[in-house]
Amino acid sequence: MIPLSWYLTLAALLFCVGVFGVLARRNAVAILMGIELMLNAVNLNLVAFWRYSTPGVIAGQVFTLIVFAVAASEAAVGLALIISIYRRRATVVADEINLMKW
Amino acid sequence: MSVLQIIFLVTGFVTLLAGVMVVASPKLVHAALWLIVSLAGVAVLFVLLNANFLAVVQVVVYIGAIAILIIFTVMLTRRVMADSGPTHNRTWWVALLSAVVLLGGLLALIWQHPAFQAVPAELAAADTSLTVLGTSLVDVNRYLVPFEVASVLLLAALIGAIAVARPVAKGEEADE
Amino acid sequence: MGDPFGLIGRWFMDLLTGWGMESSAALTLLRFLGAGVMAIVLLFACFFLIVAERKMLGRFQDRYGPNRIGPFGIFQTIADFVKLIGKEIVVPAGIDKPLYWLAPLLVVMSIIGMWAVVPLAPGFRGTDLNVGVLYLVSVGAIGTLGIIMAGWSSNNKFAMLGAFRAVAQLVSYEIPMVLMLLVPTMLSGTMGVVGIVEAQSEMWFIVAAPLAALVYLISSIAENGRAPFDLTEGESEIVAGFNVEYGGLAFGMFYVGDFLHAFTVGALFSTLFLGGWRGPGAEQYPLLGLFYFFLKTIAVWFVTVWIRGSFPRVRIDQLLALNWKFLTPLALLIVAVTAVVNKLAVEQGWSRILALLAANVVMAAGVWGALALHGRTVRRREEELRAGAAVSASAAR
Repeated sequence: MIPLSWYLTLAALLFCVGVFGVLARRNAVAILMGIELMLNAVNLNLVAFWRYSTPGVIAGQVFTLIVFAVAASEAAVGLALIISIYRRRATVVADEINLMKW
Repeated sequence: MSVLQIIFLVTGFVTLLAGVMVVASPKLVHAALWLIVSLAGVAVLFVLLNANFLAVVQVVVYIGAIAILIIFTVMLTRRVMADSGPTHNRTWWVALLSAVVLLGGLLALIWQHPAFQAVPAELAAADTSLTVLGTSLVDVNRYLVPFEVASVLLLAALIGAIAVARPVAKGEEADE
Repeated sequence: MGDPFGLIGRWFMDLLTGWGMESSAALTLLRFLGAGVMAIVLLFACFFLIVAERKMLGRFQDRYGPNRIGPFGIFQTIADFVKLIGKEIVVPAGIDKPLYWLAPLLVVMSIIGMWAVVPLAPGFRGTDLNVGVLYLVSVGAIGTLGIIMAGWSSNNKFAMLGAFRAVAQLVSYEIPMVLMLLVPTMLSGTMGVVGIVEAQSEMWFIVAAPLAALVYLISSIAENGRAPFDLTEGESEIVAGFNVEYGGLAFGMFYVGDFLHAFTVGALFSTLFLGGWRGPGAEQYPLLGLFYFFLKTIAVWFVTVWIRGSFPRVRIDQLLALNWKFLTPLALLIVAVTAVVNKLAVEQGWSRILALLAANVVMAAGVWGALALHGRTVRRREEELRAGAAVSASAAR
């Protein structure tokens, strides 16, 4: 049997890989990909806890479904923003989009 | 070591490796395709966790929609990046450091969790039933409100994405 | 004769355990073997599917079709296959090698994968997934991925354009298709494909939901990307679309995928709306069920080929307008009406089916009226434009 610890460790590793991607990547699309990795790690945790601790309560699965919806809307709006910025300023590099920066 | 454990280790390794390739790959399209591999790995892990419905939804939503959107955006915006120039910013070592510190913190936290070494609970037949999931989503006393909020969020995102990504009208371009 | 498929399975099981295998390991091995046999049979069936489709298309277009190799030309595909094997493997410059070779495999894989949940006869199926309908959608999404990979990795403008078109088309038409998959799900109360076939014991779903079946068929043909929706490979516009750089067997994979997809559309349609293997006496004799299933599948497949041979190619704006302005709103309406009527007419049996049929007739009449009104408005506007142009032309003179 697979102990819960394996899932939690894998999810933590995946989350931190995602964090690194978000912080280190220059391309805005790559940053979004990092966010998707982080969301997936969270989903893995939610489902693992549902399965191991409270299979009778469906909350883990419901939360995961709602995370799916949030991820889909985040990707749609984020990518629309990126395309819009690309049209106006011809760049998708996050550190060149600095109009609102000090 | 049982068959399930081997499947878990292989899938977990592939998922993690693909995740690392997502953040490390110099070509963005490759990164997006590695992301798909990673997402598929998570779908397999969902199957191992007896969440078949979520596994299939993961494939439909993430691979069928989000990943395709990401690849599309990469292709539409590739002229500037042209897969050249540094793909990571100058302070990537800070990012690496913070990711490692965060990992250490997370591992320390979950190692203290009481259910850390838990084995899977016994599944009743109703626990994996789709009907239970479906009715709990439309039950006023359970998850109706979050579910409806999520659907409103999706609608808002749909309209917002269209509004944001519309081509600039001729008259508006003057204020650039 | 009662249960030939179960008999074969048990015979293999006994054989393997007789060789000293553990029963669980033997079961796993059997499943892998079954999946492999299924895939191979489907791929070999393509030899005859392709010839049959080309023969039919030939007749639709008033010519003979392939008729040189073998009696009635039935070995034409085998000759083509041998030719494709013999071709030099051309690797275009600047391609992305791993993706280039992976793409055709993904496309064929996604289509063969769909057969995993289709019940071919009572007790004869790959697996009874409780989310079978969603599984079909998710496997189809992998095919889209293969197409976009093929277009991108070929390092060719036309391939890229073809891939963009293909993805715009496939992702758009997925929406009415998925919505129409909800109708059999609602009517049967299960997402499992086996359950959907079981629920059609009193009446096929095409009677209870004819509009849904029609929309599903149209969007399936568009998903398949063939005439009148074959914009993904408009020869006259973008050479051949996403697969322009492929040659030899790699192209053969796309070719096989295309033809097999058409047959799969027939299989899925007959499973979801025509009762699958159901027919008189099929429960007692499973082989008869297999016969009924393929009879229905071939009938639907014939209709899709007929459509392919009869309609001209639509323009890209017409294609997207048809989906977003007509099929998607109609699909939403059908889902809403079906849900309400199905809930109101809870008493099982004929009254429920009649109520659903009546609702469909009302919807069809409404759609017909709306379309007629819309057409009249468009024609009037065009006439006004023409009259205005004539007036301004005479004034200018």
